[in-house]
Amino acid sequence: MSVESHQKIDTMKLDSIMAQYNYDKANLIAILQAVQAEFKYLPEDAIIYIGTKIEGLSPATVYGVATFYAQFSLEPKGKYEIKCCDGTACHVRGSMPVLNAIKSRLKLKDGQMTTDDGMFSVETVSCLGACGLAPVVVINEKVYPQMTSDAVKIVLDTLMSEGK
Amino acid sequence: MTEDKKTLKIDGKEVQFTDEPNLLEVIRKAGMNVPTFCYRPDLTQFGACRMCVVEVEYPNGRTVINSSCTMPPEAGINVKINTERTRRIRKTVLELLLANHDKECLTCDKSGSCELQKYSEEYGIKKIRYPQMQLEDYVKIDESSPSLVRDPNKCILCGACVRACTEFQGHSVLGFANRGSKTMVQPLAGRPLGQVDCVNCGQCAAVCPTGAIVIKSDIEDVWNEVTNPNKKTAVQIAPSVRVALGEMFGLKPGENTIKKIYAALRKIGFDYIYDTNFGADMTILEEAHEFVERVTKGENLPLFTSCCPAWVKYLEDQHPDMLKHLSTCSSPMSMQSPILAKLLPEQLGCSREDISIIAIMPCTAKKFECKRSEHVMDGHPKTDYVLTTQELGRMIKSAGIDFDKLEGEEPDSPYAEYTGAGTIFGASGGVAEAAVRTAYKYITGEDLADVNIKEMRGTSNRSKSVEIDIKGKKVVVRVISTLKEAEKAIQEIKNGTANFQLLEVMACPGGCINGGGQPISCDNSKIKSERAQGLYKEDAELKDRNSHDNKDLKKLYDEYLEKPGSHKAHELLHTTYTDRFAYSYKNMNK
Repeated sequence: MSVESHQKIDTMKLDSIMAQYNYDKANLIAILQAVQAEFKYLPEDAIIYIGTKIEGLSPATVYGVATFYAQFSLEPKGKYEIKCCDGTACHVRGSMPVLNAIKSRLKLKDGQMTTDDGMFSVETVSCLGACGLAPVVVINEKVYPQMTSDAVKIVLDTLMSEGK
Repeated sequence: MTEDKKTLKIDGKEVQFTDEPNLLEVIRKAGMNVPTFCYRPDLTQFGACRMCVVEVEYPNGRTVINSSCTMPPEAGINVKINTERTRRIRKTVLELLLANHDKECLTCDKSGSCELQKYSEEYGIKKIRYPQMQLEDYVKIDESSPSLVRDPNKCILCGACVRACTEFQGHSVLGFANRGSKTMVQPLAGRPLGQVDCVNCGQCAAVCPTGAIVIKSDIEDVWNEVTNPNKKTAVQIAPSVRVALGEMFGLKPGENTIKKIYAALRKIGFDYIYDTNFGADMTILEEAHEFVERVTKGENLPLFTSCCPAWVKYLEDQHPDMLKHLSTCSSPMSMQSPILAKLLPEQLGCSREDISIIAIMPCTAKKFECKRSEHVMDGHPKTDYVLTTQELGRMIKSAGIDFDKLEGEEPDSPYAEYTGAGTIFGASGGVAEAAVRTAYKYITGEDLADVNIKEMRGTSNRSKSVEIDIKGKKVVVRVISTLKEAEKAIQEIKNGTANFQLLEVMACPGGCINGGGQPISCDNSKIKSERAQGLYKEDAELKDRNSHDNKDLKKLYDEYLEKPGSHKAHELLHTTYTDRFAYSYKNMNK
């Protein structure tokens, strides 16, 4: 198995997170959330490490939990995490054209989540609870209400120039 | 009626029950049946497949549909197992499963013993109303493992393999991944099974209702060897095969068919027939010698048995620091094969190339063992091919042999004799019992007054501790089956609380009689014990019951091997182990 190709991860950090949760398998989801907060995603090596360190779990089991929940990402997320709401209200008010505008502006291919330069990642979420502002886009916790294809392009252009 | 006996009705007929864990067991005990895919009595109930649904009528008239495998039995209810509603539900379940199935039955390894095929036929599924699996949905078949083939296109997500891996072996290499229609059963992140910490025990294949995980077949290679006029074939057959193979021909579990098996092997065309029981006796002489030596020196105790290749790989993968405890003795198969490889060419006046050595084993992990680099001798593997019990059954059938009607035959000399100690290797506890019989002789110079050590026997208790009194010297023996229990014993050693000097571990629950290569028996947890009884019966009936009384073996030592633990014996019968930690995913923990 080509372990060398994996990104080396800080196992001390993982151990301190697991210690906070007593290495208890009942706390697996909380542990994965904390790890994702730390690394911005769940590196495969982290999944393996957690699976071998906590009694009653295995890497395959942890991988199962990590892939079951949409909140966990196994791919590195961008510097800017874009969440495009596609709940009922946002959907009927045109969230799909907004999403397509984001994807085309970022030149993302089908199935690609993160831009090649690692600046942006895009995902759809089901409801952010801000239906009155539909369609909503959230970028790194900042809410952009009543988006349109044109408006979201301006937002992205601003972020791109800031990022440089 | 006693207090704890309660009554419910099945299709209007009164049935008594006591402590059955679920309604399904009550139904089966009453001689009736409902179909299941995911229910396995030795595993936790899962309720995934919904095939066992029944209509439950409560005394107040309320009727509900419930899965009988997850519902505890209740007094006073009336259970209807075969109604219009339950049939309709089961047919829908079958149609949905078949819509996501590749349906390539004719070329499937499981054809004929597949539960999905069986129930589709019984329920008369002729048309599937749902969109079918498309070509682009097909997933590559995983043939990376030396022992098993994984075909996710046949998986019905019953989770039996995941539970077997978790509940028997502790460290589950199989898991569910993704969600909803994308759910799959796979090793970590879809890696090939041959590249994860799989110990090849084959319990996943043993509980799989379809052809999603099957034994990797070496039948064609063996037929080629058997039919090759320029090759001589020597075959050896493991202890536990004799009490299970008959099941494939309608005989009772536990019925000892060894004489018929010798006859069948000759009929198939094998030239020289041997019994691995002889190799097992050899293992005991070496292992008892090693045990006595370690006890005398107080070195590397407890001694671990090394017959189970899954257990050996588990230690190499997970606990290489424990390898010093592992007996250096090869398994009976890998002791008998090098003897054949060395001595048969001399006797026949041919070279090793002209001989093919085949072993019939209850075990899928033996397919891995025979390919180990440690088991290469003079440029050849010690054992050329390993076939499982299931594969032998298939060969017998395809050779057109009426197994039940065969006249019994004998194995070939000069390695024909075996003792009761060799035969009980097939059941959990057997190796330890056989080793104690001979170690007692080595230490005291006398035979045990009663060679039956009943405390070591039994298939239900997976971890037993037995104290043996060797003329005032106390020896504690721990007998374990399943790696989940073995891990606990290893932790005891690591934290200093271990009190045993000899540890026998078999990875399959109940030992080799329930190996991953044995005829499928996952629907009935009693079969294990019946097979074990078959072995203990043969042990009791044999004249010699101590390995050190095997006369053919004595002759082999006198003429060739000198004595147990000799230089020659070490060269041929002992082995070394590999630290595989670096390849295992634990290597990051360093």
